[in-house]
Amino acid sequence: MRLPLSWLHDYTVPDLDPRALATRLAMTGTEVDRIDHHGVDALDRFVVGKVLSAEQHPDADRLRVCMVDVGDGEPSQIVCGAPNVAAGQTVAVSLPGAIMVDGQKLKASKLRGQPSNGMILADAEVGLAAERAGGIMVLDDALAAGTPLGDVLPISDTVLELEITPNRPDCLGVYGVAREAHAATGADLAPPPWATDPHPAGDTIPGVSITVEVPELNPRFTVRAYENVTIGPSPLWLQQRLLAAGQRPRNNVVDITNYVMFLTGQPLHAFDLDRVAGGSLTIRAAGDGEKLTTLDDIERTLDPDVVLIADADGPTSIAGVMGGQRSEVHDGTTRVLMEVANWDGPNMNRTMAKLGLRSEAGARNEKGLAPEQVMEAQAVASQLMVELTGATPLGGTIDVVNWIPPAPELQTIRLRDARVVALLGAPVARETSSRILTALGFGVAEADDGLDVTVPAFRRRDVTREADLIEEVARLNGFDTLPSTVQENRTGFPGRLTPQQRLRRRAEDVLVGRGLHEIAGWSFTQPALLDRLRIPEGHRMRQVVELENPMSEAQSILRPTIVGSLLDVASHNAARGMGDVAIFESGTVYLQDEDPAQPLADEHHALAALVTGAAAPPSWRGGAAPPADFFSAKGLLEAVAGALRVTLSFRPCADWPFLHPGRSAEVLLDSQRVGFVGEVHPSVAAHWDLEARPVGIFAVRLQQLIDAAPEVITYEDLTSYPAVRQDLAVVVPGTVAAADVVACVAKVADEVRVFDVYTGSQVGEGRTSIALHVAFRAKDRTLGEEDVTRLRAKLVKQLALLGGELRG
Amino acid sequence: MSSTLDRIAALTDEASTAIENATTTANLEELRVGYLGRKAELPNLLRGVAQLPPEERGAVGKAANQARQRLEALIEERGGALAGAELDAKLVADTVDVTLPGVPSQPVGRLHVLTATRREIEDVFCGLGFTVVEGPEVELVHYNFDALNHDPAHPARSRTDTFYVRRPQSVLDAVGPDPSREVVLRTHTSPNQPRAMERQAPPIQIIVPGRVYRRDSDATHTPQFHQIEGLAVDEDITLADLKGTLLAFARAIFGDERDVRLRPHFFPFTEPSVEVDVSCFQCSGTGALPRTGARCNLCKGTGWLEILGSGMVDPNVLGMVPTGEYDPERWQGYAFGMGIERIAMLKHGVPDLRLFYENDLRFLAQFG
Repeated sequence: MRLPLSWLHDYTVPDLDPRALATRLAMTGTEVDRIDHHGVDALDRFVVGKVLSAEQHPDADRLRVCMVDVGDGEPSQIVCGAPNVAAGQTVAVSLPGAIMVDGQKLKASKLRGQPSNGMILADAEVGLAAERAGGIMVLDDALAAGTPLGDVLPISDTVLELEITPNRPDCLGVYGVAREAHAATGADLAPPPWATDPHPAGDTIPGVSITVEVPELNPRFTVRAYENVTIGPSPLWLQQRLLAAGQRPRNNVVDITNYVMFLTGQPLHAFDLDRVAGGSLTIRAAGDGEKLTTLDDIERTLDPDVVLIADADGPTSIAGVMGGQRSEVHDGTTRVLMEVANWDGPNMNRTMAKLGLRSEAGARNEKGLAPEQVMEAQAVASQLMVELTGATPLGGTIDVVNWIPPAPELQTIRLRDARVVALLGAPVARETSSRILTALGFGVAEADDGLDVTVPAFRRRDVTREADLIEEVARLNGFDTLPSTVQENRTGFPGRLTPQQRLRRRAEDVLVGRGLHEIAGWSFTQPALLDRLRIPEGHRMRQVVELENPMSEAQSILRPTIVGSLLDVASHNAARGMGDVAIFESGTVYLQDEDPAQPLADEHHALAALVTGAAAPPSWRGGAAPPADFFSAKGLLEAVAGALRVTLSFRPCADWPFLHPGRSAEVLLDSQRVGFVGEVHPSVAAHWDLEARPVGIFAVRLQQLIDAAPEVITYEDLTSYPAVRQDLAVVVPGTVAAADVVACVAKVADEVRVFDVYTGSQVGEGRTSIALHVAFRAKDRTLGEEDVTRLRAKLVKQLALLGGELRG
Repeated sequence: MSSTLDRIAALTDEASTAIENATTTANLEELRVGYLGRKAELPNLLRGVAQLPPEERGAVGKAANQARQRLEALIEERGGALAGAELDAKLVADTVDVTLPGVPSQPVGRLHVLTATRREIEDVFCGLGFTVVEGPEVELVHYNFDALNHDPAHPARSRTDTFYVRRPQSVLDAVGPDPSREVVLRTHTSPNQPRAMERQAPPIQIIVPGRVYRRDSDATHTPQFHQIEGLAVDEDITLADLKGTLLAFARAIFGDERDVRLRPHFFPFTEPSVEVDVSCFQCSGTGALPRTGARCNLCKGTGWLEILGSGMVDPNVLGMVPTGEYDPERWQGYAFGMGIERIAMLKHGVPDLRLFYENDLRFLAQFG
């Protein structure tokens, strides 16, 4: 909300400059986003002038050359283009050096050859009107030449842009903020502008009737009527305030409704009474599909949850949000029906969300105002209608009340001294609490153990409990004196990561140690990703979580895999000359739950890595690192598994259509699938312009690996009886997988590691030689020659089962 | 006899001088063979002692033996010196350019700055006695809003602010029209306050890191970002404890000289609610840069940086825990929520939130 300080000063004048006031307000709970300026600057360059003469410009039909007394002895020559300028007028003048509303500095100049040392001003040029309409301003002749213009007209104002929290709709009105400023600074507070209500008593208006069909959504509905209204522009002071507050002036009646709303926080609506068919208003639920054109010229389709105000001819307004065109006040209006009503906040909120329509009125009504505020707004509006439009009241006030004020004892809350210190950790003197609460408009009475505090209507929704009162006291008392303490941990547990969280870090650190960079991908992705990855219809990965209201199609589903994120990032970097990419992400992936009744998603924590290009920078000793491929990705995954002490196995598998069919494997943990490793299919990689070199990739359900990791390691004696180490060459048919050979040898030996693979004429057609480091070990003794001989014999037998043999 | 003894002395002197003047270990070896080898004079003298008259044997034997031992010692000593010098010379000749890079050149990986920051914050709070828990990102409206005391009309619930998840018909059939069973991408990590309290009776001290989502996108907002939630509930936890805890946190992350201040604010799930500012570490809270006196660009001259929102847990939030174990008349405590991106941006001077998700290697390599 924009708060012009000149307006605030009508009610309270804190002895602080704008910056200090802003800080004080911020430190007591009213955030100030920025301090703005409305109107002109360099105020000493704006003065009252007397037009001594106004002669036709010799070379321009529309310009007059004026001599203007600006109070400094010598008259100034000013060229003026306004049709209404004339000798003898008292006018507003800006002199060279003045800063105009648009921020431009005025300079002495020549217009069509005639020197001009200033400007004779129109209202819009000093921020007093939205647009120039009637030429220059003509001021009261009683003003002396040279009088500072700022003393006469509100041409310069400071505006605080306030961020009002949703619990404080009372501060969406100038008087509400004045009350806060009063409580925050101690400056006096003037009585509220609604303290007197000049409107005639009575509860009827001739020819007007009101029917409320939805009392639960419309706790209070009031109207007042005026006749002899003259529509015209508002006085400059009012226009200036609306402009400074960010509202464009329209005409005096509409301006009054806006002005009173900005002042009191309570929205109002003015009808042309002669356009209210039948003089009757009915407040009712809209029909399903009923249509209404609102003031913004948009036809809207409604439903029964929307509350309408209708006359005998049908709907005229969307209650509490926006009026309709048919009954709008217009230039010829002479009779006005002023409506001020209280509405159900959540209903207002739903209506605006549904219609995609927001308004200043709706933004206040949705927060749930107090029904008492209705008459406050009517009172201020009555004063202004009479004063500014020449209106005379017609009848009294129709006040339909569908609400029972809570009993006074229900609005009184005990504020215990002991509770204050227990919650804050430091005491607040009872007198201090009393002073603060009184300043905020609360009623305060002494009690045995504290204060009995009565909540004013305008805070009724926000302050309902003792804790709410403590907040009021604490925020105005300030937090600077609060000590800094730390509570004792009595949970019985130390602060720590769970073993799972520690292992997740370990897994990530392993990849970082291998030279990979971690990325943070988007959880969102586009449905087209599934096509790019060639995921077939019916595949589990197609059961994605979809958003109802995405920001764009490209972010309309949640990623079912990290693969897309990795490819996006690899592609981004490759396109910028960084084609050697080694990255990973440790993050969540999402699918619809397999239980069709479960509303939440199947989320799991995945670990995935991508490597492409040289695995390391080339060395000066020669020997550039080979380009990354399947085995690079597998090596990384094995490193993770090794760090977590879990044993993974790998089986050729072509279940992932985005992987190279001959270079992809499923990753198994205790024969359960936990992920895949492979090279990205070249035609998939091409979508990301990564097809030139192999792209190695793995993705695993990290949580499953972590769950399988041993929490406690139990000691094993590997030192008392050293192992016997040998290198063996095993020749097997080419169709036998290396993992099967290793598994076979591992039945006899303690450690087995492949260190060379050879195929060629020396081992025979269709056969492969696999070289292994093995270690034979016994738990209870050092193995002798004959033991090893026996074990090798056993090995030969085992290998025969695979069609293999020991060579050499 | 005296001529033999003289000869021994002469030999010893001559050999001593030669040993002293030897310049290489090879040269020294020649001398050793020449004076002490099988065919040399001194050993022969020793071997010939038996042929001498008995009265001479003792003196000559002793002198020859002493001479041999002396020469052996001298050779040993000189040999050590020469070998050392020769090794030194050899090593000097074997110099490499130590400024060349190590091999194989080891690529250095990095954690993402958001992970590094998250871990740093987690570790600080672990040290302060908090345990780390996690919860779902796709969340029920019940936990994201209702159980956190959000008014039914709270603007954060709107579809312009919050991502709603499309529920399959099977879910709609199962849960019915209950709006609290609608599903959103969590807008904060706070749903884990009620979730954690449902699982664990008080006292409780937890932090909850995780991804959160809001419909917003510009230089200061991305639709996904990360938060860390904190919750501490016991019988006597106060706002002063919140202040002290966050002071300790701020000092751990931003430096030991930092101070914090609390500013009143409004959050539906805390009462009182405060925003927490940390004194600016660039200008030491003065608002002006030390040398030039220019307005500090980090804190915009205010001396303070907003880092998080927090407050005392609203009694309604405690009262709504379905186990009934958090009676607000007995239990109280604080909660806070901070943006990890915000902390990382402040700490590392990152100007645009979107950089975190661009994942440009030149950015990633700078941190972690």
